Amino acid sequence: MAIKQVMFTFPEHLIKEPIIYNLSQKFKIVPNIRRADVTENRGWIMLEMEGAEEEIERGIAWVQSQGVRVDPVVGDVVEG
Amino acid sequence: MSYAKALRCRKCGREYPLEAMNLCDFCLSPLDVTYDYQQVAKVLTRENLDNAPLSMWRYRDLLPTDGNEVDLGTGYTPLVKAGNLGRRLGLDQLYIKNDCLTPTYSFKDRVVSVAMTKALEFGFETVACASTGNLAASVAAHAAKANLRACVFVPSDLELGKLVSAAIYNPTLVTVEGSYDDTNRLCAQLLQKYKWGFININLRPYYAEGSKTLAFEICQQLGWRAPDCVVSPAASGLLFTRIWKGLQEFSMLGLVGQVNTHMFVTQAAGSSPIVRAYEAGSVHINPVKPDTIARSIAIGNPADGYYALMVARQSGGGACAVTDDEAISGVKLLAETEGIFTEPAGGVVIGSLAKLAAQGIIKKDDLVVALITGAGPRTQEILTGIVKAYRVQPTTESVAEVLGASVK
Repeated sequence: MAIKQVMFTFPEHLIKEPIIYNLSQKFKIVPNIRRADVTENRGWIMLEMEGAEEEIERGIAWVQSQGVRVDPVVGDVVEG
Repeated sequence: MSYAKALRCRKCGREYPLEAMNLCDFCLSPLDVTYDYQQVAKVLTRENLDNAPLSMWRYRDLLPTDGNEVDLGTGYTPLVKAGNLGRRLGLDQLYIKNDCLTPTYSFKDRVVSVAMTKALEFGFETVACASTGNLAASVAAHAAKANLRACVFVPSDLELGKLVSAAIYNPTLVTVEGSYDDTNRLCAQLLQKYKWGFININLRPYYAEGSKTLAFEICQQLGWRAPDCVVSPAASGLLFTRIWKGLQEFSMLGLVGQVNTHMFVTQAAGSSPIVRAYEAGSVHINPVKPDTIARSIAIGNPADGYYALMVARQSGGGACAVTDDEAISGVKLLAETEGIFTEPAGGVVIGSLAKLAAQGIIKKDDLVVALITGAGPRTQEILTGIVKAYRVQPTTESVAEVLGASVK
C-alpha cells in the first residue's frame, strides 16, 4: 500500500461536484482531507490518498480528466 | 553551536525535532526553523558583527547549522548606491543589492550553503534538486566542495549554457523528457523512493534560512537600519518571505529599530500567480502554467505564494508584474546605468521598480533596495540584436572616418 499527498485545485464549475466521494467510490482509495479552503467560486484541498500505487495513479488521472488540477503538496519543486 | 530549537508548523504551530522534513504531519503545511532568541540576543551584537569576516556565515547565530559550513565564499555582496538609475527613475535613495557576485552567480548560493551543511550533518550521501539553471549550478558546486554525490534533474530542453554551468562541477546530471509538470511530479515521487537530501524539499526549512542573510547584510550595509522599501523577485515566494523574517529578527534582537519596510513582490507577467492574487484582492494563489523568458522565477504553483502575498499586504507594500519585453528593457537599463549585467529576473525587478516609481507608489525620497539575485551571462540567449559594432580598418583615419565627430 502506498500513501500519496496531493493538492487538488477546483475550478468554479466543479465546486458543487462530489469529486472526492466519486473518487473513493470508483477506485480503491481512502482519501483523507488534511486542509482545505473552498469558496463559492473556487477551492483547493490537500489530502492524503492511501491505496495501491497503481490505483492511486489511476484515481489521479481520473480526477484530472474531470478538470481538477493536481499538484504535489510541496508546490513546484523545479526552481530556477 | 546553533540556537535553532525546533521546526514549527507555520499553520497549526506544532513543533518537530530538527530533522530532514518539510511538512507538518497533521495539516501538511510548511515547517519553519525557530530559535532561542533570548540566547541569540546575548551573543549577537552590532560590534561583533562589524568585526566578523565578510561572509554570510557571520550570521551563523541565526542559521540552523551545527557542523562545519560548506562555504564557497558566499555573502557580503555589494550594496551599491544606484545614482544613475535612481535619476532615471526619479528615486533619490536607490540601492542595488548585487547578488550576481556570488560563487555561482546567483543568490542560490546562500540557501544551498546552509542546506548542504545540513545535508552533511544529517549524514546524506546524495543531495538532489530539480532546476532550470541557477539552483542546479549551486547544488553541483557545493556538493563538489562537500564531497557529496549530487543528482541534478533538469528539463530536457534546457539551454546549453545552463547545462554547462552545472555540468562543470561533475554532478550526476539527469535530463527529464516531458513537461515542467512531469518534472515536478517525478521529483516528488523520487523523494519517497530514495533517501536523498532534496535541497529544496526535505531540506527546505534549512535551505530557506539562508535567504535571511540577504536582509541581514542589507541592514548592516545601510548602517544598521532597515530600508523603506524592498523590491524583490518572486518564484516560490520563499526569498521574499525570508527577507521579511530576517528584518523582523534583526528588529526583535535590537540590531535595527522598528521595521517599517514596504515589501514589493515582482514577477514576470507570464508566471505571476502571486501578483495576480494580490491585484484580485484574493487569498487564493491560482496555479498557472509558466510562460516567460525569466525562467529562474518561472514557478506556476509557488509553495510559499500565500505567505509572500501576506507579507506584501501586511507590510503595506505591493505587487507588480512586467512583460518579457519590459524585463529585457530592465536588464538593459540596469547594465547601461549601473554596469550590472543581470539575468531576466533582475530585469523584472528593474522593470517593476520603474513602474512603481512612475505611479508614485514608491516615493522619490524612499530608501529603496532592489534585489538583483542572478547574473546575466548564463541567459544571454534572450538578448538579441544588441551587438551593433562599428567596422573599421586598422588605421586611425578609418576610425575617424567611421566614428566621425563623435571621437575627440
